[in-house]
Amino acid sequence: MSKADLDKLVAQYPAAIVSSHSNFGDDTAVVTKESLKDVMRFLRDTVGFDLLVSVTAADYFGREPRFEVVYHLRSMATGNRLRIKVPVHEEEGGPSAEVATVSDLWPTANWQEREAYDMFGIKFSGHPDLRRILMYEEFVGHPLRKDYPKEQRQPLIRRDYSLS
Amino acid sequence: MAESYTTRLDDALSWARKYSLFTYPFVTACCGMEYMATAASKYDIARFGAEFPRFSPRQADLLFVVGTITERQAPVLHRIWMQMAEPKYVIAFGVCASTGGFYQNYNTVPGCDQVIPVDVYIPGCPPRPEQVLDGLILLQKKIQDATTWVQRRDRKELELQAQSTDGRKRLPVVA
Repeated sequence: MSKADLDKLVAQYPAAIVSSHSNFGDDTAVVTKESLKDVMRFLRDTVGFDLLVSVTAADYFGREPRFEVVYHLRSMATGNRLRIKVPVHEEEGGPSAEVATVSDLWPTANWQEREAYDMFGIKFSGHPDLRRILMYEEFVGHPLRKDYPKEQRQPLIRRDYSLS
Repeated sequence: MAESYTTRLDDALSWARKYSLFTYPFVTACCGMEYMATAASKYDIARFGAEFPRFSPRQADLLFVVGTITERQAPVLHRIWMQMAEPKYVIAFGVCASTGGFYQNYNTVPGCDQVIPVDVYIPGCPPRPEQVLDGLILLQKKIQDATTWVQRRDRKELELQAQSTDGRKRLPVVA
């Protein structure tokens, strides 16, 4: 039930908000990539969203922009929730999309952004230690991208024990 | 005479081994609950002489692979198996350990037999303790019949050794 918070955000950064909706207490703002950092800092310091619940991403393969980075915020004081989405293009000629890190605002973003990087190949610029967190170093590609073949394994070890 | 004496000694050794299995539970997933139920007093794996989980592979001779093995864990599982003293046996506990189960995806090993040799597969998601005990009894039967992987490999090595002419003592069948 944080329509008021969403309104505050839209009033403060009218140019940064691509779209927003508020249905049944589910409040979402789609924010441009460039203004993400300002918006997040405003939400944390002024509106009071002191808890970053999750950072994740979605791959809308075939659509432009292809990726969406999703942040869920919560205020421990009021209990309000807010969802922020950032559309990210797949970079031209480059392997991955890029968006600014928020790990300096909420330390919990450190590992969650590493997970989003590992699974979707989204680069978080300014991240202190952007390495894979779930898959092993030898793994090539990003498994939750829609163009990754779902059963393509990259084994570290295989042995044959047939006695013949 | 000597030959039959050796055979009977092997039988006696197998009999002793099958009733004193020291298990190493490599528990990675929810099957661990059923492993605990099997080990606890109601189903009481101790009735079959396998009551003592040793959490060191060097003191165990039965490796229970309990749960899903991911590609990232596979080298660890292989190393655990390598560290166990011979003769050693492996039971794949549940469908994930046996075949990967319903995880047909990029991160799950399709059965731990891709990494280590498995003697008994116990199906079920997770298997009931009765099934586990059934699998354990099957393993005991295999040990007595000398048909576990380690025993078959040893026989194979002896055969090759008998055939060899260059005097090498042991020939590795599996690298």
